[in-house]
Amino acid sequence: MADSGNTDAFVEFERVQKSYDGEILVVKDLNLSMPKGEFLTMLGPSGSGKTTCLMMLAGFETATHGEIRLDGVSINNIPPHKRGIGMVFQNYALFPHMTIAENLSFPLEVRKIGKSDREEKVMRALDMVEMGAFGGRRPSQLSGGQQQRVALARALVFEPELVLMDEPLGALDKQLREKMQFEITHLAHELGITTVYVTHDQTEALTMSDRVAVFDDGRIQQLAPPDQLYEEPENSFVAQFIGENNTLDGVVKEIAGARAVVQLDSGDLIDCKPINVSKVGERTQVSIRPERVEFNKDRLQEGTHRLQAEVLEFIYMGDIFRTRLRVAGRDDFVVKTRNAPDQVRLQPGEQIEIGWLPEDCRALDA
Amino acid sequence: MSDSTANGPVLAADGTPLKRSLAKALRREKTRALLLIAPLLIFVLISFIFPIGKMLLRSVENDIVADTIPLTVVALAKWDASSGELPSEDVYAAMAADMVVAVAAKAHTRLGSRLNYETTGMSSLFRKSGREIKKWDLATDAPFKEKFLELHDGWGELEVWQTIQTHSARTTPGYFLNAIDMQLTSDGPAAQPESKQILITLFKRTMIMSMIITISCILLAYPVAWILANLPARKANLLMILVLLPFWTSLLVRTSAWKVMLQQQGVINDILVWLGLVGDADRLVMINNQTGTIIAMTHILLPFMILPMYAVMQTIQPTYLRAAKSLGATNWTAFWRVYFPQSVPGIGAGSILVFILSIGYYITPEIVGGTKGVFISNRIAYHISSSLNWGLAAALGAILLVLVLLLYWAYDKIVGIDNVKLG
Repeated sequence: MADSGNTDAFVEFERVQKSYDGEILVVKDLNLSMPKGEFLTMLGPSGSGKTTCLMMLAGFETATHGEIRLDGVSINNIPPHKRGIGMVFQNYALFPHMTIAENLSFPLEVRKIGKSDREEKVMRALDMVEMGAFGGRRPSQLSGGQQQRVALARALVFEPELVLMDEPLGALDKQLREKMQFEITHLAHELGITTVYVTHDQTEALTMSDRVAVFDDGRIQQLAPPDQLYEEPENSFVAQFIGENNTLDGVVKEIAGARAVVQLDSGDLIDCKPINVSKVGERTQVSIRPERVEFNKDRLQEGTHRLQAEVLEFIYMGDIFRTRLRVAGRDDFVVKTRNAPDQVRLQPGEQIEIGWLPEDCRALDA
Repeated sequence: MSDSTANGPVLAADGTPLKRSLAKALRREKTRALLLIAPLLIFVLISFIFPIGKMLLRSVENDIVADTIPLTVVALAKWDASSGELPSEDVYAAMAADMVVAVAAKAHTRLGSRLNYETTGMSSLFRKSGREIKKWDLATDAPFKEKFLELHDGWGELEVWQTIQTHSARTTPGYFLNAIDMQLTSDGPAAQPESKQILITLFKRTMIMSMIITISCILLAYPVAWILANLPARKANLLMILVLLPFWTSLLVRTSAWKVMLQQQGVINDILVWLGLVGDADRLVMINNQTGTIIAMTHILLPFMILPMYAVMQTIQPTYLRAAKSLGATNWTAFWRVYFPQSVPGIGAGSILVFILSIGYYITPEIVGGTKGVFISNRIAYHISSSLNWGLAAALGAILLVLVLLLYWAYDKIVGIDNVKLG
């Protein structure tokens, strides 16, 4: 078969569509290719189609149209148990009637691996997640974090090349979640396994992944490494969804290469970088990160437009200050500043001038 | 703790032992709880526990002989039953004295029926003799031995006196022996004559058929419960109504319906004949035998199997099956190794319910069981209402109760009763 896609792709979705009821497409024309060893996160709000994609890859849902390939082979018609894909479920799905060791032994037993071999592999997998002493326990006797580790070990014990994780850390508390995020990425890179990770938690996506696919409305809105995703969102959905974001609406006044001037609805002019606007007169939504807004007079760049702002609220958050401003008629404009010794603490009611580097302000689709 | 001294109990703030002040604090709550359940408790005690206890006592109670003919019992105690000779004159005299009193009180026929359970003919012996003895004068008519022998040949039979002597004690193991096809003779326990042996067979049949009914319920209910548990709630509720529908129909109606369905000129046979699967001459016999009982009772008890199974299966998340498949298990392995073990508590609960209900079942076997398909409970009913041998009925009931408790215990040992879930 002529392979149209990338030849080093390990996992490939080609023009995949999925509908449950024959009326609404849950996944619309999905194209994605992953090299071997990559940690890719599917991020998106609920109902965006990310879990459906994962389930199609695992084989629990069939694609209505298109092809899914694993290592160059189409797996559309291969049942889940023959795909050899490890999977970690949201609620862990550890078999409650089996001990931890039996749970891990299960995938090896169905693969008809000998007893001594099995025991060795189970022990190794348990040691890998530091659960070696718990083999004889039942899942119900373990804490959430421990169950999570066991679920991970069970998905890895039969040495799959691809592991899928469906919001595996959703049920853990914040501290444990952060610890496990680190451990999972560490383990995945150490073992060189390809991982597809589904989450709706953007911090998780940014900290863990090599690349993040942002899903919305059944499509991948942007597929990029975390830093690029955060700093260079390609459309206003991604800009809004990833991190905190200030938006201002306006019309493009002039475009000159990597510079554009936008006239806001309030009449003020600002400088920004055109991303998906192409002609003068087009409506646009400009996006600027709160930590890139500057109000220190000495540091404001010469020759750029500035906006008048009124301080509405000052919130002390420890490591940062969060200041809410009224800018261009909107009162949800936020500025974040680091808590440094020389940092100015703005007072409510103060009138200030704000500005930014034109390349930090992105003119996106309206 | 600083509150607990080295050699004394922990004390509360006011110096009383902590345990006592805690008990005092809890007493009010306990009294309240007790008062709340008191009406039901009293009702159950009066209408359930007390009558059952009283009934069970009848299985060993045997006051009637010693109460009706007290002098005879004392006199007869000295008689050697194995000597081959009839009792002496003083026994006959005592019997005469007792009978005069008993006849006046009309108690002699009841004694006759009681002894008739053990030896046939005793009832008519006492009834017939009673009429004559009424006319006797105790002071002048001695000696009584000849008069008795003259009155009825029965009084000259060793067996009659042996029966009276054997059953004169106030408590007797006789009913229990009868219940397991044995009898109490003057030589101790012995097997019943073969013609009277039926109860062990009935016990065995009850057990075996209950087991068959339980197994067919499991086989029929499992797939239904599975479908119910895996359907969306709306559809499942609709189907659940169909499962519960039989509960809202009279048991008698349902059983009679089976009679219509299963009889030789009934619906099923008619259809089979019409289809040509069965010849008109050899229509299937599906009623008034064990087949009829099994079919009808399986149908009637099925909801008791489906409901606990459904409740348990509902709690088994579908991700377990997915997890098993993602780990490489085929559909069958995933079901057998992952789903089925988790559904066992439901099977256990359903089986206990169905089995215990069916070994005590009465109406259905009575209507569709014929002679081959009746249960031990039908025999108990017969002894309660027809033969009036309440002692034997009580003994049979007690054995049934012990069997159920024994099975429950065995189940607890093997499967564990905390594994039984109704939801």
